[in-house]
Amino acid sequence: MSSLASIEGLFYLAATIAIVASLKVVTGKNTVHALLYLVISLLAVAVCFYLMGAPFAAGLEVIVYAGAILVLFVFAVMMFGLGIDETHNAPQSRGLSLWVGPVFLGLLLLIELIFVIGNSDLSLQLNNQIVDSKQVGMLLYGPYLLAVEISSFLLLAGLVAGYHYAKPESRGGRL
Amino acid sequence: MTEIPLTHVLILSSLLFIIGFVGVVVRKNTLFMLMSLEVMLNAVGVAFIGAGSVWQEADGQIMFMLVLTLAAAEIAVGLALLIRMQRRYRTLNIDVLNQMKG
Repeated sequence: MSSLASIEGLFYLAATIAIVASLKVVTGKNTVHALLYLVISLLAVAVCFYLMGAPFAAGLEVIVYAGAILVLFVFAVMMFGLGIDETHNAPQSRGLSLWVGPVFLGLLLLIELIFVIGNSDLSLQLNNQIVDSKQVGMLLYGPYLLAVEISSFLLLAGLVAGYHYAKPESRGGRL
Repeated sequence: MTEIPLTHVLILSSLLFIIGFVGVVVRKNTLFMLMSLEVMLNAVGVAFIGAGSVWQEADGQIMFMLVLTLAAAEIAVGLALLIRMQRRYRTLNIDVLNQMKG
């Protein structure tokens, strides 16, 4: 076992943040606060990916999960109307204390990332074990071409189904 | 090769998966169930990336990308169904869906 200032120690820190944030997601009462913690959980997992030598996957995690899917969640919550779900069971707004948890965990992750990038020893260690996007792309459009095609069909099916299901009945959206 | 042992990655992955699974089983709010589903899919991604980094192969990242695609499609359909449910029953409680008519 090594100290906290190694790749291993930083990984354990990020893993702990991911687990704590996921627990807060599952036990949360307020939808928007749970979403905030979900963002933190995804970012912590992205840092884990980066420390495992998969920076491309880490970028995808941030862009697609934290960027696109979470925005979809926020839009859906806005459409539901906040007063209708479990928000009225949550304690009254206490100012700072509601968002200080996610912000603290996020700052911890940011400090960790800056530490890894700034520390030349750790960066060198990480560079030795990287699986870069070039290898991923070569495999993706070689042996896995059929899987890419199938996943594009899956996304198209998701788009069509989402459009059809969310359409109001008054405008012809009958199931 | 890598610094992080595979067993620890798999422990993290299974912990996240269990947390998500308990969330899906315990929560009654459908939106929280979808969020727990996201946590579960994410845990699977951790396992794939960890295995890929141990063997220094890109296949793990490719499987992660496929899981990512699956998650995006699943969330699109799930949230659309939730919007439908909210319109029809005025609630997100999963228990109102226990009666189906053909």
